[in-house]
Amino acid sequence: MARSASSRRKLGMTLFAWAIGILIFFPVLWTVLTSFKTEAEAIASPPSFLLFDWTLENYVEVQERSNYFRHFWNSVVISLGSTVLGLVIAIPAAWSMAFVPAKRTKDVLMWMLSTKMLPPVGVLIPIYLIFRNLGLLDTVGGLVIVLMLINLPIIIWMLFTYFREIPGEILEAARMDGAGLKAEIIHVLTPMAVPGIASTMLLNIILAWNEAFWTLNLTAAKAAPLTAFIASYSSPEGLFYAKLSAASTMAIAPILILGWFSQKQLVRGLTFGAVK
Amino acid sequence: MGHISLRQITKSFGDVDVIRPLDLEIRDGEFIVFVGPSGCGKSTLLRLIAGLEDVSSGTIEIDGRDATEVPPAKRGLAMVFQSYALYPHMSVRKNIAFPLKMAGLDKAEIERRVTDAARVLNLSDYLDRRPGQLSGGQRQRVAIGRAIVREPAAFLFDEPLSNLDAALRVNMRLEISELHNSLETTMIYVTHDQIEAMTMADRIVVLQAGRIEQVGTPLELYAQPRNLFVAGFIGSPKMNFIEGAEAKKHDAHTLGIRPEHMALSTTDGAWKGKVSVSEHLGSDTFLHVQTEGLGTLTARADGEFPVRHGDTVWLTPQTDKLHRFDAEGLALR
Amino acid sequence: MATAHSRSAARLMISPAVLLLLGWMAIPLSMTIYFSFQRYNLLMPGTNEFIGFLNYRFFLTDPAFFAALINTLVLVGGVLVITIVGGVLLALLLDQPMWGQGIVRILVIAPFFVMPTVSALVWKNMFMNPVNGLFANIAKGLGLQPFDFLGQAPLASIILIVAWQWLPFATLILLTALQSLDSEQLEAAEMDGASPVRRFFHIMLPHLARAITVVVLIQTIFLLSVFAEILVTTNGGPGYATTNITYLVYAQSLLQFDVGGGSAGGVVAVILANIVAIFLMRMIGKNLDV
Repeated sequence: MARSASSRRKLGMTLFAWAIGILIFFPVLWTVLTSFKTEAEAIASPPSFLLFDWTLENYVEVQERSNYFRHFWNSVVISLGSTVLGLVIAIPAAWSMAFVPAKRTKDVLMWMLSTKMLPPVGVLIPIYLIFRNLGLLDTVGGLVIVLMLINLPIIIWMLFTYFREIPGEILEAARMDGAGLKAEIIHVLTPMAVPGIASTMLLNIILAWNEAFWTLNLTAAKAAPLTAFIASYSSPEGLFYAKLSAASTMAIAPILILGWFSQKQLVRGLTFGAVK
Repeated sequence: MGHISLRQITKSFGDVDVIRPLDLEIRDGEFIVFVGPSGCGKSTLLRLIAGLEDVSSGTIEIDGRDATEVPPAKRGLAMVFQSYALYPHMSVRKNIAFPLKMAGLDKAEIERRVTDAARVLNLSDYLDRRPGQLSGGQRQRVAIGRAIVREPAAFLFDEPLSNLDAALRVNMRLEISELHNSLETTMIYVTHDQIEAMTMADRIVVLQAGRIEQVGTPLELYAQPRNLFVAGFIGSPKMNFIEGAEAKKHDAHTLGIRPEHMALSTTDGAWKGKVSVSEHLGSDTFLHVQTEGLGTLTARADGEFPVRHGDTVWLTPQTDKLHRFDAEGLALR
Repeated sequence: MATAHSRSAARLMISPAVLLLLGWMAIPLSMTIYFSFQRYNLLMPGTNEFIGFLNYRFFLTDPAFFAALINTLVLVGGVLVITIVGGVLLALLLDQPMWGQGIVRILVIAPFFVMPTVSALVWKNMFMNPVNGLFANIAKGLGLQPFDFLGQAPLASIILIVAWQWLPFATLILLTALQSLDSEQLEAAEMDGASPVRRFFHIMLPHLARAITVVVLIQTIFLLSVFAEILVTTNGGPGYATTNITYLVYAQSLLQFDVGGGSAGGVVAVILANIVAIFLMRMIGKNLDV
């Protein structure tokens, strides 16, 4: 009796949760479906859900019209480059704060986080002018630097929270066992922190991939990543739903797949280590 | 070799003096135990010797060489931590081999020493496991194995048994003592447990508030505690302290008598009292006695002593086992 | 753990990060402050001169500024309310026993991975478009007049889009926090006769306080700078209906090339963000032990 009541309850919950899940996911699903329709079917009323002539022509056309792969490659280089560069700078900094805390460590950390609160528009003009003068406008290298800088506080913060969970005694044991600082970081700290470093990397790749203030304002055509590539579809309103969908699908698919596969690490990363 | 001299060393964190000026000679091959209540500075003292903390002033010599500025990796000491501090991502074999790898030994030599250590410590069957798959006692052994393979000048133990359950603790105590007997290497052992100190030490260093209260063999500390603190800290159950008129009779400010140094009787004796709690262990009987005018005293009798809550008993101290202390708490001889 | 040796190593290893961030903050920010006191228009080179607070006076008395300030606050506040309330409800739902929980979680998490330009364009064209959008189609199917979302309720529409993107984030953090709640606590409360509603308000919600703080903190940082969603949907219009501070400064400096005026706006944005930041830092200081 109690058992059937609880399994009825479970069935109800399952149906309800699936309905909500599909509702939230629907815009993505609809975009993917529309990308396989012809333009006429894309705006047909009433719209067809699955029963239409599936076609790949939109994808071909998007690639031909706006060279998807170049923007894709820009996105890969910018997000990976800024994340790796950020990690190289952040790992030593996080080691310092986690294992040799000083009186001001908390203040330094808070200050770093507060740089994240600096609204980008506050420094848009100088950065724009500096970039123009240094010839960095519309270059991948320039964006790697900017995105590394805006995400650096987050990388440091996340690594710090992961490192802090590693007992200091283990690093001390390494020191007693004759390991120098380099051996301590390479042989003991880094292997122990691999899960944390991985989820930090993932989250930052996603943040950099989707960053859409600096990528829009500092690029034109050459270095434009997918965020800017897709923004170029904003003008011809309404007429090219299927192509817009194909372009959108291609822009979000890599990160969506990466995100789904690494869900577990990501959940931890998403909370910035602040919630366990 | 493992002769360690501490000369006038101090340690302060900000305004807090954790170690006050302190001198200590630790002889080669000695098993020395630092004991004291939590916060007395015993662990800090060990970490100063290890080099994990800087001394604020003073010098540390290891085998006649000034080691004050030498980093921990270069002091030639091995340490066993309270949490064991095993490397979780390495197998037992790799854990034990790590210090040898850091020292740059060749593979065959590392393998030989790891195998030897594993045999001595009964770890041969576990060499390929990760620390996470071992029991507390086995982890403890790995930590010890990691320490002995290096053949260090001295071993440092920081409360190594406090994470084990009571039965295992007794076993490991024996094993560490046996290890010391066979290696004959200097061991410095930190604990808050006076029973561990009494059973294992060649010499005990009793610390309180960053100061050495007394240094001596276990029996010296038991028989001739220098002050009230040592008298109360060493021995179980605790020494009874009596003040006032009864102490005056013996020309002392405070009178101390251990529970085992009082004769018990249900008929007559020096001090009369009522039993408030009686603990019957078979081998011993412990009585908490509410005396008339002397407060609650604890007394121990060999074997069974058949009294119950509320019964009247008489306690008679053995006069040659009385400890007398002055108003400053120092022992009067 | 701290010896003089390790402390100096630590200082050395943290300095690149500190210097980079310091440079990133100080150099452009001082340039912005400097420009904000200049007449400086990229279209009129050579006319630069010091004009005191004139740029600030123009910026702050511009009716657009007040509108943008309100819009920014409404946008941040609206999205925070929707994502936190929705996030708590979703987290409670996902915490129930069900079949295929992992898949539902994947569905719910998806919007977080969608870049802002894509979600804005998809919502704008395929859902909210009054002629061909799906909502219009459904309305027509039901015999109703299609609603022009971005024309009639532009700010609310943008709030909806942004909230959709941030709902997964709030949900995941709150779900993680919820799952860390000691079930004995809930059972004890149940034994004490607390109703489900009381259990939620007296045990779960206080337990979630820390997680909610994290959500508010992180989302606010990102929401104050919402830009792409506005750029590709409304361009700040109609009128100033969807212009937030970020977009206003962008428009002033990169669309009108008024560097001086834009810089003054940038400085104002920084000051406003700092006011918000002080509040937030207080809050984290209390709820987040570092």
